[in-house]
Order: sequence, then C-alpha cells, then structure tokens
Amino acid sequence: MSALLDVEELQVTFGRTAAVRGASFRVERGETHCLVGESGCGKSVTALAVMSLLARGGQRSAKKMSFAGTDLLSLSDREMARLRGNRMAMIFQEPMTSLNPAFTIGSQMAEVMTRHKGGSRAAALDRAAELMGRVGITAPGMRLGQFPHQLSGGLRQRVMIAMALMCDPELLIADEPTTALDVTVQAQILRLLAGLKRELGLSILLITHDLGIVARVADHVSVMYAGEVVERAPTAELFRAPQHPYTRGLLSCVPVPGRVQRDRPLGSIPGVVPAIGPGFAGCAFRSRCAHADETCARAIPRRRAGDAHDYLCRLEPDWAELQPA
Amino acid sequence: MTAAIEVENLRCEFRVHTGLMSAEKRVVAVDDVTFSVPAGSVLGIVGESGCGKSTLARLILGLLKPTAGTVLVDGKRLFDLDRKARARLIQPVFQDPFASLNPRRRIKDIVALPLAAQGTFSRGEIERRVGGILERVGLSAAMGERMPAQLSGGQRQRAAIARALVLEPRIVICDEPTSALDVSVQAQILNLLADLRRDLGLTYLFISHNLAVVEHVASEVAVMYLGRFVERNETDALFRKPRHPYTQALLESVLTPEPGKGVPDIGLGDAMPDPSNIPPGCRFNPRCRIAVERCRHEAPMPMARPPRGMVECHLA
Ligand SMILES: Nc1ncnc2c1ncn2[C@@H]1O[C@H](COP(=O)(O)OP(=O)(O)OP(=O)(O)O)[C@@H](O)[C@H]1O
Ligand SMILES: Nc1ncnc2c1ncn2[C@@H]1O[C@H](COP(=O)(O)OP(=O)(O)O)[C@@H](O)[C@H]1O
Ligand code: SF4
Ligand code: SF4
Ligand SMILES: [Mg+2]
Ligand SMILES: [Mg+2]
Repeated sequence: MSALLDVEELQVTFGRTAAVRGASFRVERGETHCLVGESGCGKSVTALAVMSLLARGGQRSAKKMSFAGTDLLSLSDREMARLRGNRMAMIFQEPMTSLNPAFTIGSQMAEVMTRHKGGSRAAALDRAAELMGRVGITAPGMRLGQFPHQLSGGLRQRVMIAMALMCDPELLIADEPTTALDVTVQAQILRLLAGLKRELGLSILLITHDLGIVARVADHVSVMYAGEVVERAPTAELFRAPQHPYTRGLLSCVPVPGRVQRDRPLGSIPGVVPAIGPGFAGCAFRSRCAHADETCARAIPRRRAGDAHDYLCRLEPDWAELQPA
Repeated sequence: MTAAIEVENLRCEFRVHTGLMSAEKRVVAVDDVTFSVPAGSVLGIVGESGCGKSTLARLILGLLKPTAGTVLVDGKRLFDLDRKARARLIQPVFQDPFASLNPRRRIKDIVALPLAAQGTFSRGEIERRVGGILERVGLSAAMGERMPAQLSGGQRQRAAIARALVLEPRIVICDEPTSALDVSVQAQILNLLADLRRDLGLTYLFISHNLAVVEHVASEVAVMYLGRFVERNETDALFRKPRHPYTQALLESVLTPEPGKGVPDIGLGDAMPDPSNIPPGCRFNPRCRIAVERCRHEAPMPMARPPRGMVECHLA
C-alpha cells in the first residue's frame, strides 16, 4: 500500500532565504514519523507547507506531495481548506497561539466539527466531551465552558489534541507539542499520543528537536539539517547505526542520565549552522564536518544503508566502523 | 573553609492582585530553604516551571530582598556590600542571552561594562582583560566588534559568560544557561562552563529543568518543589537512589535516547502545583502516588540521608 503522506523534493523559499531545500520523506499509515533537527532547519516550514499554511511570501514547490492518494499540489485553496482540520489536523508547540482567548473551549471544539461535518451544535458538544475524556481530561463538562487561559499548559495541549481529533483525521501533524511543557507533563502527553495512534490507527508526523522523544515514540525518523533531510531510517536502526556525520554528532551531544562521565566533556559539533543562500551547492554540513574534503562542495549522492535507510553524504555506509570519529 | 554560598531559612513571598474585585493573593515562591555550597563545587537545582528556582537565584544574587532568612556569599551579607563589591564576588548567566545583552552595543563593549563600572581599571587594562576573556570563551576579536543580533544563540551565550567572568568573580549563578540552545550548541556551552570552573576554581549554582544536564555538571543536586528543597544529595547518590517520590517521577520522565523503551507512565496527574495555594500537610500529597493519611495533615521535616543529603518525606 502506498504511504499516507508522500513528500518528494519539497522546496520552500522566503525571498532569498531557502528554508527547505529538497526535503523528501514518507509517513506510512498507522505509524509515527519523526522529523528531527535543530532550530531553523526547516521542520515547521515543512509541516506548514504540507498543510498549505505558509506565511505570506513563502513559495512552495515539490516533485510530489500526495496525501492518501490525493495530489496536494493540484488542490485549490477551497479543497485544501476542506482537508485541513478534517482529514489532516495539526497541533502546535504553544497551544495559546491556536486557541482563541475570547471563546470557550466548547464552542471552539464544536465549531471545527460543524464546519466540516455539519450536524447540530449539541451533537458536536457531545463529541467534544467524549474526546476530552479520551485525552484524559477529567470533568469535561466543566472544561467545555472554560476559556483557554483558565487551563494549565498541559491541559491546553490535551484540549488541542482533542480538538484535532474532532473530525477523525487520518493524519495528525504535531509541531513540537511538548517543548513548552515540564518533563512530567511531556511524558503524559506523549503517552497519550502513542495510545491514540495504537487505538485509532492514527498516523502521526511528529516534529521535535529532542532525540529522546524520537527514540521513544517514532517508528521512522527523518533527520533534517539546513533544509534537507540528510538521513532517513527506522528508529532502532538510526540509533544503532547512524550514518550521516551530523546524525552521529547530534547523538554524541545528548547527555544520558546514568551514563554520565562528569570529568569528561560531552561530544559536541563545532561551529554553527551556516546561512544558506540561493545557488548553494554541495553538503551544507561541510563547514562543521570532520570528514569534509573538496568533493563535499559538489553534488552529494543519497546512499543506501538498509531497506528503508538512506543518507546524503559522500562517505560509504559504515564509514564509521572503518574510521572511528 | 567558609562555604561559597550559605543560605539559612530563606523565604520569599510576593503579593499579587489577581483581578479587580478579588483579594490580594500571597505567592510563596521560596519557603524556608537552608543549604550551603562549598567553594569549588557545583550545586544543581532542578524542578518544574514555577517552583521557585529563578526566585532563589535572584535572592542569592541580591537582586531581590528576602521576606525572611539570610544569604551569605563568601561569608558576607550581600546587602552590606555595595554594587561594585557585589559584582566582583558573584555574577549571573541567564537563559536568554538575547534579552540580557544590550542590542545597541558591540559585544566587546558589553563585556567591558562590568570593568568600566568599577572605575578602577585603565583603558588599556580593560582592553587587555576583555580580549583575554573573549578568547577564553571562544570568541574571536572580530566577534567582539559585532552587535548581539549578529551572533548566533550559542555565541551570544558565550558573550554573556565572558561578561560574567571578566571581573573574575568566585561564584557564578547559572539560571537555565543552555535551555534556549540547540543540543549541539548546548554541549559546547556545557563543556566551556566545565573547563572554566576547573581552570578558574569557580563555584556554580546551576539551575536547569533538564536532569541529564544537571547530572553532567553538578557535584550535588537539590530537587525543588513548590518553593522547598524536597531532596538534596551528592549527584551520584541522588541519581542512583532517588528517595523522594517526586524525584523518582522526575527521573522517570527523562526520555533517554533508547529506542523501544516507550514512554513511561508517570502517574502524577495534571494538578499543577500552585504557589498561592500550597496544600496542607506534605505539599506534594495531591500528586503523590504513595501518599498515606498522615501526608494530608502533617508536613514532613527534613531528614538526613547518606552520604551528605536530606529528604522531606514521611515514607522515604
Ligand atoms: N515578581 C513577582 N511577583 C509575583 N510573583 C512572582 C514574581 N516572581 C516570581 N513569582 C512567582 O513565584 C513563583 C516562582 O517563580 P520562579 O520564576 O522562581 O520559578 P522558576 O522555578 O524559575 O520557573 P521556570 O522553570 O519557569 O523558570 C511562580 O509562581 C511565579 O509566578
Ligand atoms: N515567515 C517566514 N519568513 C521568512 N523566513 C522564514 C519564515 N518562516 C520560517 N523562515 C525561515 O525558514 C527557516 C526554517 O524555519 P523553521 O521551519 O521555522 O525551523 P524549525 O526547524 O526550527 O521549525 C529559518 O531560516 C527561518 O528563519
Ligand atoms: S558530504 Fe562531506 S561534509 Fe557532508 S557529511 Fe559527508 S563527509 Fe561530511
Ligand atoms: S510525605 Fe507523603 S505525600 Fe509527601 S512525598 Fe512522602 S509519601 Fe508522598
Ligand atoms: Mg519550529
Ligand atoms: Mg526560571
């Protein structure tokens, strides 16, 4: 069966900024796919491009962008609006930005449903209450009458998830849904998402900068760097045998509790992400890569390292074993 | 040897107005905290948002007057010192390097400011020291000529560290110094802070909500909940054998990069702690998995735990 969301060679520019430069990834049905990378690498822009929600001035192009067999590139604005919030829904890092402070939770949730599916407001409120229970909100009846600012951050994120589920979407895009939350609340929200995926057969595109989250919830991973997907792999394989030097560097930077050697420095990647202008060629990581040579300024091959594992680098698979970094 | 920081029965209350008609509320941000930090060591402080970490930092820096209790820094009361003497003794590094650097001045002038404010350094001496500290934190002389907006987040944090260290203080209060940074840059800054501490013999109070980061840098860790230290111990001991149920929950929620382990069930509930409404008995009891009847009316007292720590829990 074909992938639920299939994106090939997505490009997004804002004037002279190339925010996404040929990102390709696939979200299979019923899986959680993580898009991971550091700030500014183009994760949010990628998600917004898929939803056709790019800010003014954002130019999108792609070789392919299909959702459940529908070609998203050829949809009109109206057709896209019919999909959004309905068959594909999105939640954001800061729930307050997508909740209207002037309306109660209940009326905002009901509106999503009546807009897409019609039906009565009462039926929509019933469904809202049911879903709030489903996402672990106690006393949903009371919460429906409250305003967004009356809820804690964790509760607001649960409300956002419930709202995204109103129309039974096939795909949920979650952009750093727990970054603003405390670790204990983060664990609860991620558990909730994992349960929804399992029980509702939901597919999730989860955007994060946190490799710990990736390891614990993803089925497949796409690692982004400077607007490109530089490595794609099944999760266990990515952590066991990362191939791209950036992926390897990133993994070495994460302090892991219980394995800390306090007298030793953490692994780190020298330097910073370069500014990428139009016409940039070659590997964007070369200014920070210990293995860079003059060929890295030319076109870089996408190499295969396993069935569903590939990466963008001049080095052959398993270079790491030959030449420990 | 005198402790670098000595805090006794420290308390800080804020009065906040919640609305037009409603009465004034009392927020207890720091509630009777006692501890000391030996010179040359690193005390890490962890806890959820709003538990009072930054308030404690501001109290120790002398930026905030305590409601009760005392703070001694290097054996002196900060309120007895003038600003210049205070600046030579203790310096902060905050989370958001952008907000804490004047956007209209060059980096080297920002770093020079604490020296200039002392009024005792010649221009040549200032230039020499600024050049030295910039190099020490990994910023080139060319970077010194730039404005803050022209630096990356990690470079700005290096500049903030340079400014904190240019007067050669003995003690540095780091409040979430890497929370706004990417992991690869966070690693650079943590390594830099560790080198500086070793080479200059500094003492750190290191605040973070990231337990893995704290474990990496701290020699001792305190866990804060609703304004109190509920557990404190040497880092290895605390991570190996967390005693307080809240410490245990915090540790369990850390998502280590280990595929296949799934997301743990923390079971703390969404009842976020509210410092204007501290529960009677043990302040953690509404979220505690193992609370017993006694916890609801009797507050636990601090009890010593080996090797050099304490815990506040009836059952730990
Ligand atoms: N000036 C103030 N006036 C009123 N309340 C305050 C003030 N400063 C802090 N508080 C309150 O005191 C409590 C502790 O705040 P503090 O900033 O110390 O938390 P924190 O542990 O640093 O949290 P975070 O992890 O979010 O930085 C909070 O409830 C906060 O709202
Ligand atoms: N509305 C916009 N206008 C101009 N540039 C933008 C806009 N949104 C994002 N960008 C740029 O696109 C790049 C990728 O941003 P983003 O996708 O938000 O990164 P992240 O991976 O942190 O989510 C960044 O360089 C960012 O500055
Ligand atoms: S292509 Fe070259 S610079 Fe890029 S990651 Fe591979 S070796 Fe490093
Ligand atoms: S004193 Fe009771 S409520 Fe408090 S942490 Fe211990 S067991 Fe839990
Ligand atoms: Mg983003
Ligand atoms: Mg704080």
